[in-house]
Amino acid sequence: MPSKKVSSKILEHELVPKHEIVSVEEGMEILRKYGIRPEQLPWIRANDPIVKAIGAKPGDIIKIVRKSPTGGEIVVYRYVVPPLV
Amino acid sequence: MVIPLGEDKVVAAIKFGILSPDEIRKMSVVTVTSTETYDEDGTPIRGSVMDPRLGAIEPGQICPVCGNTMSGCPGHFGHIELALPVINVLFVRHIYDLLRAICNKCSRVKIPSQDMERYRVYVKKLRERYPLLAKRLCEYLKRRAMKESVCPHCGAKQPKIKLEKPTTFYEIVETKERKEMIKLTPIVIRNRFANIPDDDLELIGYDPKDARPEWMILTVLPVPPTTIRPSILVETGVRSEDDLTHKLVDIVRTNERLREHLAAGAPQQIIDDLWELLQYHITTYLDNEVPGIPPAKHRSGRPLKTLAQRLKGKEGRFRGNLSGKRVDFSARTVISPDPYLSINEVGVPIDIAKILTVPERVTPWNIDELRKYILNGPYRWPGANYVITPDGRRIDLRFLSDRKSLAEKISPGWIVERHLKDGDIVLFNRQPSLHRMSMMGHIVRVLPGRTFRLHLAVCPPYNADFDGDEMNLHVPQSEEARAEARTLTLVQHHILTPRYGGMIIGAIQDYISGAYMLTSKATLLTLEDVVDLLAAAKYVGEIPEPAILSPKKYWTGKQLISMFLPPDFNYRGKASISAGRLACDDVECFWDSYVVVKKGKLLLGVLDKKSIGAEQCENLLHWLTKEYGTDYAREFMDRIFRMFIRALEKLGFTMRLDDVAIPPEAIEEVRKILEEAFVEVQDLVRKYVSGELEALPARTLEETLEIKIQEVLASARDRAGEAAAKYLDPFNYAFVMARTGARGNVLNLTQMAATLGQMTVRGERLWRGYMGRALPHFERDDLGPLARGFVVNSFYSGLSPTEMFFHAAGGREGLVDTAVRTSQSGYMQRRLINALQDLHVEYDGTVRAADGSIVQFVYGEDGVDPMKAAHHKSVNVDRIVERVIGWRL
Repeated sequence: MPSKKVSSKILEHELVPKHEIVSVEEGMEILRKYGIRPEQLPWIRANDPIVKAIGAKPGDIIKIVRKSPTGGEIVVYRYVVPPLV
Repeated sequence: MVIPLGEDKVVAAIKFGILSPDEIRKMSVVTVTSTETYDEDGTPIRGSVMDPRLGAIEPGQICPVCGNTMSGCPGHFGHIELALPVINVLFVRHIYDLLRAICNKCSRVKIPSQDMERYRVYVKKLRERYPLLAKRLCEYLKRRAMKESVCPHCGAKQPKIKLEKPTTFYEIVETKERKEMIKLTPIVIRNRFANIPDDDLELIGYDPKDARPEWMILTVLPVPPTTIRPSILVETGVRSEDDLTHKLVDIVRTNERLREHLAAGAPQQIIDDLWELLQYHITTYLDNEVPGIPPAKHRSGRPLKTLAQRLKGKEGRFRGNLSGKRVDFSARTVISPDPYLSINEVGVPIDIAKILTVPERVTPWNIDELRKYILNGPYRWPGANYVITPDGRRIDLRFLSDRKSLAEKISPGWIVERHLKDGDIVLFNRQPSLHRMSMMGHIVRVLPGRTFRLHLAVCPPYNADFDGDEMNLHVPQSEEARAEARTLTLVQHHILTPRYGGMIIGAIQDYISGAYMLTSKATLLTLEDVVDLLAAAKYVGEIPEPAILSPKKYWTGKQLISMFLPPDFNYRGKASISAGRLACDDVECFWDSYVVVKKGKLLLGVLDKKSIGAEQCENLLHWLTKEYGTDYAREFMDRIFRMFIRALEKLGFTMRLDDVAIPPEAIEEVRKILEEAFVEVQDLVRKYVSGELEALPARTLEETLEIKIQEVLASARDRAGEAAAKYLDPFNYAFVMARTGARGNVLNLTQMAATLGQMTVRGERLWRGYMGRALPHFERDDLGPLARGFVVNSFYSGLSPTEMFFHAAGGREGLVDTAVRTSQSGYMQRRLINALQDLHVEYDGTVRAADGSIVQFVYGEDGVDPMKAAHHKSVNVDRIVERVIGWRL
């Protein structure tokens, strides 16, 4: 099976929460809100399947909306970093 | 402490490197060459490892290097010029990797030139932005260079390198005919490393400015100052040297011999042997637990504690001296219970109160009191041990004869270190300190005796009992520390646990039995009883209208409880005794097993574990604590708990042998139940032997038989228990304790009254021991209940010898389990805490690591403090509605 298909399919899986690339302005806003540099966000590798699926590049910030057993629907962010060699 | 004036410096970073031979020589004050340390009259010899220039160690001695005396001289390094270079064991891994990563001819890192250029830029960029990633890339480049079998720079074929632990390297040169192992001497290795270009080193993660690889081969050995290896004078006048000194002497001796042999042009064989010996001494000097070589031993056979051993492990410098320290103003002794204390108090023995002190600043308001303390002196409580004058002098009252004039002299600005007295705040702790409730603030009550006294309700948070437990006590010394202890750590602030938001401090054991006996419908109290009980609760005020007026005035226990409840408090909930025949689900409860409090009056139901017990959620005490504050809850508990104890004392509540005695007809009934079960087991065995037994899915026939037998016997034990319980008086003390949840359960009662049931080891019936049987008293391959550890007797009737053995076998497993579990969970806890210790919640609600990076965007993803939230959810809507409208939907 061609691997491309699988990687696009993960977006439709019920266990995969909504991921989206954040625009530069919005990203700046997030960083200002928390008073941090981008590296201080939790990291996600650029070779993570979900990053490839939504086409994010190192330096991007990803916004994830997911369900939490305690907090209902919550928003978290990840900073895309280069993959390990 | 004197803080020097001047500019404040901030440590921006710390970088570790390797000492170069030049640096070692530069910081050295003496070249050590002499094998002898002392001459005949005991003076240290110059040029030995005890050279006086290495630091002043005798009192009164003046250091020839810095001019300080013992207290001021920091000690100075010396050095040993090694006759031949030696490998530093602590770097063998790096040496091994490097030898493989570089060319054995041209000493370049084995990565093609054009790739090198590319990577150099990349590494530089990564270093700036992602230092962690740069490290990974360098590691990858090193691994890649190691794989290369031909040098991309000079084209030389690369031999394999072999490391023979701990410090010997070989090159395996393969020619057509045979393989040859050539030993690489430290000289050869050092030369190769010295030839590696700086640029190449940077590519594989070395910083050539601070860590040239050739420095990993020792040519000069630093000799640490004498202050870090003090010699001990034994009473007999014999001097005993530190392990490090012994090792250094060994090194100097071998080094000098080697030097002489080299100068004399001795045969290579002898030189090699000595070189090997020098390598051994230096290796063990650095680390005496290197695998592959015998550890260096003291004359007595004890292994030497050398450099690595000083740092490593639980008692090493880091875990023993830096992470964990010993403190002043602390005390430790055995604990014992005292139900007449408040739960936030601790009883401190007078002897301890006379040693622990609190510094109190003299003010116009306390000067008279402090004068009294000074007059009492250090040996009469309440007194004082020290007085500190405004210019910082400490006056020790133990050695002061004229206390009177000192007491006259003090004025505002002086500080008196007075004895611990009632009302002081202290921190009280019991190890293992697994959660924050293991260390709580208590208010001091100085008492006679030799033990710390504590209220029984604080046993659950400390996990304490009184079988010999000891606890620690710390006295905060500053005003800030005391204020913090009072506002944050005081016991009442920990009535609710942050683990799940339920009670951790509440009624236990006798308090629960007492609550039940007092609030039971059957309890009617005369005026004398009421007065007595209320006095125990330190109640001052009116006595309520009696529940029964004629023929005599009688009060109920529920009335007494209601006197302490807030007038607008409502609560409903099941009681612990609401089980089996006494079960109730609502207000209409004949058995009094449903608790109803309306407008501060306990109208229905008995108080027991479910409503006031510790480690219970959403019970009466829980809502009381949440809605009326922790101070209120503390006082409520103090009062009613003392009342419960008094009630038990009046009643003479005690468990006795008769409580678990059952009548002959009950014994007969139990016997019959067991007999039926035995017949059933016999039938199962017969079926198994004849092959009629059907195996359960995924089980063998033998396993099926065992499972079925266990099922039959377990249900027989349960039925026997029920049969016996039927005959027990519901007000018999053992049964009351089991029903209310004060202590024990129905299974314990069954074991005492009816039968112990099946003993197991690892969940199996007992079978290990002899061939085909557990004990020689039985036939081989007897699968019957008696031969396999079923105990027919009860603790009341007494066990037969074989039964007693089976019971002991089962009991042993429990002991082993707990011993193994505690050590394993202790280590797990240690690792977990080390990983999480720097995390904190910022004011914006985010959880952050030490460097400010985000771990969670909102604490717990809902930002709720579990201690302040309703159990399992942030808000309990039902309870709020109930509070507002006054009744439940």
